[in-house]
Amino acid sequence: MKNRQNVTIKGTKGGLVLHLDDRCSYQELKRELDDKLTANLRTQEERHLITVKVEVGNRYLTGEQREELKELIRKKKNLVVDDIESNVITKEEANRLKEENEVMTVSRIVRSGQVLRVPGDLLLIGDVNPGGTVIAGGNIFIMGILKGIAHAGSFGNDHAVIAASSMKPSQLRIASHINRAPDSNPLTENREMECAYINDNHQIIIDRLQALIQLRPNLTRLVEGGH
Amino acid sequence: MGEAIVITSGKGGVGKTTTSANIGTALALQGKKVCLVDTDIGLRNLDVVMGLENRIIYDLVDVIEKRCKTHQALVKDKRFDGLLYLLPAAQTVDKTAVKPEQMKELVEELKQDYDYIIIDCPAGIEQGYKNAVAGADKAIVVTTPEVSAVRDADRIIGLLEKEKDLESPKLIVNRIRYNMMKSGDMLDIDEITQHLSIELIGIVADDEEVIKASNHGEPIALNPNSKASIAYRNIARRILGESIPLQPLEEANKGVFSKLKKFFGVR
Repeated sequence: MKNRQNVTIKGTKGGLVLHLDDRCSYQELKRELDDKLTANLRTQEERHLITVKVEVGNRYLTGEQREELKELIRKKKNLVVDDIESNVITKEEANRLKEENEVMTVSRIVRSGQVLRVPGDLLLIGDVNPGGTVIAGGNIFIMGILKGIAHAGSFGNDHAVIAASSMKPSQLRIASHINRAPDSNPLTENREMECAYINDNHQIIIDRLQALIQLRPNLTRLVEGGH
Repeated sequence: MGEAIVITSGKGGVGKTTTSANIGTALALQGKKVCLVDTDIGLRNLDVVMGLENRIIYDLVDVIEKRCKTHQALVKDKRFDGLLYLLPAAQTVDKTAVKPEQMKELVEELKQDYDYIIIDCPAGIEQGYKNAVAGADKAIVVTTPEVSAVRDADRIIGLLEKEKDLESPKLIVNRIRYNMMKSGDMLDIDEITQHLSIELIGIVADDEEVIKASNHGEPIALNPNSKASIAYRNIARRILGESIPLQPLEEANKGVFSKLKKFFGVR
């Protein structure tokens, strides 16, 4: 067992992969990594930067440890860490991920002065009245009338969309982009079944709901198993 | 055991006090024992509208601070045979003189002796509002067909819905001008009720008689010939559980009326 290597370097199609064993102690791993990289440095005299992927298997690394490893590898002149991959995450992270991917259904009217905030997608059965705000980490789907403010992708997701049965918002926000209702309010205009998204020019565009089928195929969560 | 109803609106000047006075009067006309409570401490005027100003000896804060017995502070309205009383607000202190728990206690006490406690709420959503809502079982939101009033009503309804002890609030649309509504210069009643999505309990037309009556200290509900008076009486009867269709705003106004009837589920 003593001779087993904790750090192995592999060259793959995708580039250099550093595999760090998950059964030794962190201290031991760090020491061996340092030794190995220093040894390697002498043999390789290439000048351009090489990006490496780090695989740590079933080892959980804290944010601090991740930084430490990155720093350690970065110090070896021509290596840059592209990504650290671990098979494990904490319960907290798992819960957050789950929440961010969940569609939360809320049945109520968001009235003036009220803020409705969800981590993932929001399905609102009801209206958002003027002065009311809905904020979602993901997409926003409103079955009623949107007359207030809707903010989708609040954690910075540019791909988030806002859809409403009746789109009369005072403001639309997606990630860090803001779109305001025009000052002249064309009430006559048909504002039904519409969606808002960010286009390639980083502008919020309002379009027919059906446009999303082409633009955001990822909205489909159902894995079709049939004909 | 009586029932406490708070009359509120958020925005000032939409007719909370007038509505309180007239609903109280109309309920008393129906033979109910009613106590009006003015919680607008520092800016009282329910007593003025009721014409009872110069009979005030003690006020709400005196009762809360136990300087007098509750019944000593109640001003009896002589026009009704012991059916209508007013608990006036204090004028010399401000709204921080009363705490919500104290109001709750007071309203509970009044509920023992009266069928209806009508609480006139001050404008705003601060301490005064919290005091007024504290003891209430039901709430009536007053609004006018103006965007700003409807916006504030929406805010207030949101706050009222958070109160656990309160039934879902009811709506009164006040100061309706039929001609402006017809020409589209004023919000439509349908528009307002759809926007606020709470049950409509009455509509009151804008009527100069209301202002005249208020200035004379005689609630309009006492005058059986006025349109506004009938509107208030109908609201009182709806509070008592009767099902009455909304009055037409104008005789010729069949279109809106039928829509309103539909809203109330009357054929």
